[in-house]
Amino acid sequence: MSFPWLTALVLVPLVGAAVIAFLPKTPAAALPKRVALAFSGATLVVAAAMASQYRVGGGWQFEEVHQWINSFGVHYALGVDGLGLVMVLLTALLVPLVVVASWHDADERNTASFFAWVLGLEAASMAVFLATDVFLFYVVFEATLIPAYFLIGGWGGSQRSRAAVKFLLYQLAGGLIMLLSVIGLYVVSANAGHPTYLLSDLAAMDIDPTTQRWLFVGFFIAFAIKAPMFPVHTWLADTTAQATSGTNVLLVCVLDKIGTFGMLRFCLGLLPDASQWATPFVVVLALISIVYGALVAIGQSDVMRLIGLTSLSHFGFIVLGIFVFSTQGGTGAVLYMVNHGISTAAMFLVAGYLVKRTGTAQIGAYTGVEKVTPVLAGIFLVAGLAACGLPGLSPFVSEFLVLVSAFQHAWWVGAVAVTAIVLAAIYVLWLYQRTMTGPTSESVSGLKDLNRRELIAVVPLIAALLVFGFYPKPLLDTINPYVKDTLTQIGVSDPVPAVSFVTHAGADEEGGSQ
Amino acid sequence: MTVFASGVLAAETHIPIVDPAPADGIFSLMWLVIALPLAGAAILLLGGKATDKWGHLLGTATPVGSFVLSVLMILQLNGRAEDDRSISQHLFTWIQAGRFNVGLDLHYDQLTSLFLLLITGVGSLIHIYSIGYMAHDPRRRRFFAYLNLFVAAMLTLIMAGNYLVIFLGWEGVGLASYLLIGFWQHKPSAAAAAKKAFVMNRVGDIGMSLAIMLMFVTFGTTSFAGVSQGAEGASSGTMNAIGLLLLLGACGKSAQVPLQAWLLDAMEGPTPVSALIHAATMVTAGVYLIVRSNFIFERAEIAQTAVVVVAVVTLLWGAIIGCAKDDIKKALAGSTMSQIGYMMLGAGLGPAGYAFAIFHLLTHGFFKANMFLGAGSVMHAMDDDVDMRHYGALRKMLPVTFGTFAMGYLAIIGFPGFSGFWSKDKIIETAFNQNPIVGLAAILGAGITAFYMTRLMLMTFFTDERWEDGVHPHESPKVMTFPLIVLAALSVLGGVLLLNDWIVNWLAPVVGHAEHENPPIPPLVFSAIVVAVVAVGVGVAWTLIGKREVPRVAPAEVSFVTRAARADLYGDAINEALVINPGREVVAGLTFADRAGVDGLVETSSKAVAGLSNFLRMAQNGYVRSYALSLLGGALVVVVALMAVNFR
Repeated sequence: MSFPWLTALVLVPLVGAAVIAFLPKTPAAALPKRVALAFSGATLVVAAAMASQYRVGGGWQFEEVHQWINSFGVHYALGVDGLGLVMVLLTALLVPLVVVASWHDADERNTASFFAWVLGLEAASMAVFLATDVFLFYVVFEATLIPAYFLIGGWGGSQRSRAAVKFLLYQLAGGLIMLLSVIGLYVVSANAGHPTYLLSDLAAMDIDPTTQRWLFVGFFIAFAIKAPMFPVHTWLADTTAQATSGTNVLLVCVLDKIGTFGMLRFCLGLLPDASQWATPFVVVLALISIVYGALVAIGQSDVMRLIGLTSLSHFGFIVLGIFVFSTQGGTGAVLYMVNHGISTAAMFLVAGYLVKRTGTAQIGAYTGVEKVTPVLAGIFLVAGLAACGLPGLSPFVSEFLVLVSAFQHAWWVGAVAVTAIVLAAIYVLWLYQRTMTGPTSESVSGLKDLNRRELIAVVPLIAALLVFGFYPKPLLDTINPYVKDTLTQIGVSDPVPAVSFVTHAGADEEGGSQ
Repeated sequence: MTVFASGVLAAETHIPIVDPAPADGIFSLMWLVIALPLAGAAILLLGGKATDKWGHLLGTATPVGSFVLSVLMILQLNGRAEDDRSISQHLFTWIQAGRFNVGLDLHYDQLTSLFLLLITGVGSLIHIYSIGYMAHDPRRRRFFAYLNLFVAAMLTLIMAGNYLVIFLGWEGVGLASYLLIGFWQHKPSAAAAAKKAFVMNRVGDIGMSLAIMLMFVTFGTTSFAGVSQGAEGASSGTMNAIGLLLLLGACGKSAQVPLQAWLLDAMEGPTPVSALIHAATMVTAGVYLIVRSNFIFERAEIAQTAVVVVAVVTLLWGAIIGCAKDDIKKALAGSTMSQIGYMMLGAGLGPAGYAFAIFHLLTHGFFKANMFLGAGSVMHAMDDDVDMRHYGALRKMLPVTFGTFAMGYLAIIGFPGFSGFWSKDKIIETAFNQNPIVGLAAILGAGITAFYMTRLMLMTFFTDERWEDGVHPHESPKVMTFPLIVLAALSVLGGVLLLNDWIVNWLAPVVGHAEHENPPIPPLVFSAIVVAVVAVGVGVAWTLIGKREVPRVAPAEVSFVTRAARADLYGDAINEALVINPGREVVAGLTFADRAGVDGLVETSSKAVAGLSNFLRMAQNGYVRSYALSLLGGALVVVVALMAVNFR
């Protein structure tokens, strides 16, 4: 049997977390940080090695299937496809950067625990993105809450315990609702002959429409809370305002993606009819999330809350792309998940650097920061422009694909969604104007610009934004086959252009075969 | 909608189809025109302080390099057969998902060739000027980096082979404009102006984005070639929708009513920026967009009419604002708005006007860049004072600036023989022939132009000295006056482009050719009428300003028209009342509601939990226990369900 790449992806960070847990608990000790960096780096290496052997367009790969609880049809089953691969790579890239960026964020207390939980969260997230058994998915889905809860409650602002409880209550509620659907799937498969939780078996099953709809509701509520979507988003801003910026990156850029990942895997993958049935409702909800999130973001006075709420708007785009059922929408949504991870991580980290320097996240506390910290300001601006979808930076590509698909779905859906490009410009540039420009105030005049460690954590993100802004092809090539397979399985095909015409000889179509 | 003859003509005239040949020879270096300034920007931004010493020289060398390439390319293009002057270069696939397949494609034809010369030529001169103008600015290197970034983005916009790549350049110039308007961002007014420009442009970009989406849905492509070939089969409703959406984008970028309000504030940027971006090149991108999309507008009668309406409103709007401004840059900005209105008007007239729109765009690029740089030279002399009420009699102290500025002045008012005379006259004449009311409005605009430009000229270079204490005007260094001289020469001679109808014939394969009609008034008589109106404008200014003493403080007892013009015709007030204030209310309301209302349910439930959590807090890790408990509860449910199924 070949090397179990996927198990390794889960085990390496998990072992790292265990090792750190047994290290001495000296505050601010360097050893646990170094161990965390080594293990997260090793995970990145494993992920890269796995990716280098991945056959683009080859469907499920590196599968590992072992029976776990035979009578319930539960397996320890892992596998990776285009969707899983990009999420694994995003996670593997972000965690080491978070470790570097958070180097001193847990110096005051329980330093080792912070880094142990970070790795624990990485392991659980990897398992979520790789699980091909619904029950296993459910277990690791819930398991992510434990490290997340401790990361939020253990380090950050003074209200962090309250934020952690709120986070946990929301997520537990979602998890329990999903559990009902998980059980339902078992019942359905048991009734059909033999109980199974394997994705491949379940996808092949013909579930009657009414049952599909009930199951869909359970999954969707859980994933909508996770993502989050309006109106179950209110845990998000409270959490991002209290947690450290490193935790925020893990939460918003990795953990929240489980919500949209789950919609693709389970709602579209297992319950396609119900997903199409729910489309009108979900599209409206997504549009509300897009516009509402952006408007509320404009009104924030706390930079971390603001960034958190921009994600509400961005997740609206992702969900919109998923539920319009077209190649552009699906590919746009998956690519959006990656790009949002990169750009929002950059924003959180740079904002975190700034907050760490002065101790306040209040936007009003800053003015004229650019003058004293031009590099910090420059990177902040690039990350912000990425978030507002400037062409040339990677989020534009995914946002435009989603917009095109939305417009194709119904012109007014595209027209409502596109207003976000104005609102996003306002929340980003007004934030920049208030904090970075104007006369430099006394309180910030002594700030130091980014040091080498801080730069190392964000420069790869900025580079990725630029590279994938102009050359998203590697990502698109990975994602396209997955979307094509999914849509074929559902049985929908893209609409054809309204006007058909014969291209003149020599007038090659864009991006053609020249 | 048969007011405009162009719409009727459209059905009969031949609408060109874009059908480019692959790039060969020197054209395979097309990408380098963009890459040079882009590399300049990258080196200067990433190189940091190490490049401070020579950054401005590198920054100037890159657009000059692009200019040389552009000259070589247009010479080569001229040598090719007339039907073989459309060339494309596919660099690589940019975005592909299903049928959506967009390449990073460049396109070079007669229209592109003229724009390249304007952007790289005037751009190079402004870079040279900036060496002197920004000599004492500690962030001069960064200034050149942003200028290079702008040139690269502007060239991308012009050389794009499909609408999505246009959008890439379109937003790129928006970013550069944002960075440069806010270059002195320690000034809150500059930072606010920069944001305002970007956000208002984004409103226009909604139109641009939707137009691209509609193109894709309709034609399955966004390339010029594809859209121009498919356009015939699309319904007029669709074409009108695309046209109107593109017009919205053009209004944002080109500061046309109703998205005009950002341009006056944009004068917060350093003067070379105002000359390059907010006069000669970027703000004319909307005109380019419409002329380039002639294959859409020729089939979109309503949209074409809308272009004319917007143009006429703006050309008067900007001119009226220009009359009341005491800030020399803002007076020129109002003038720019108005002149772009003329170009838009030309672009709205169909094949009869496209070439003249581009002609006026080029001559305006020369004389307005000339005058903005001249204004910068004056400000340089007056310790950065922009108030013309503090100028006066500067012709003796600044002879070169005065001489070159005068050439620009004569060009813009349309003094016979100067470049602006030929280009503006043609637009007015064509407009008049198609619709006399529009033509009369354009003639009136010409008269107002003569008034405000004469006023500006008199207040600055003539009348009495009204200088602030301690100001000692001095002529600018040669590095600044050299570009002025070159631009002044172009302002005088730009009319040669019309010799033998050269520019009309050169552009005809791209924009189509209009049949010659017999105008109701002979062209010579018509020109004489326009010149007479201009003379009246000059005369009025001479009586009102030249022959009186200019007060050092703007008089408060003025008519409501003057008050309105001083307030930019209440453009900001209208935006505030209709959009900004309601928007603020909505944001404030939602922000409050989000925490109080939407969150209320959860907060209430968490208060209920608070009692429980107090109890749990007694033990360490209480929540984890409760969490474990719920997991256990969940597991129990599973077991029960399984039993129910198995033992049924």
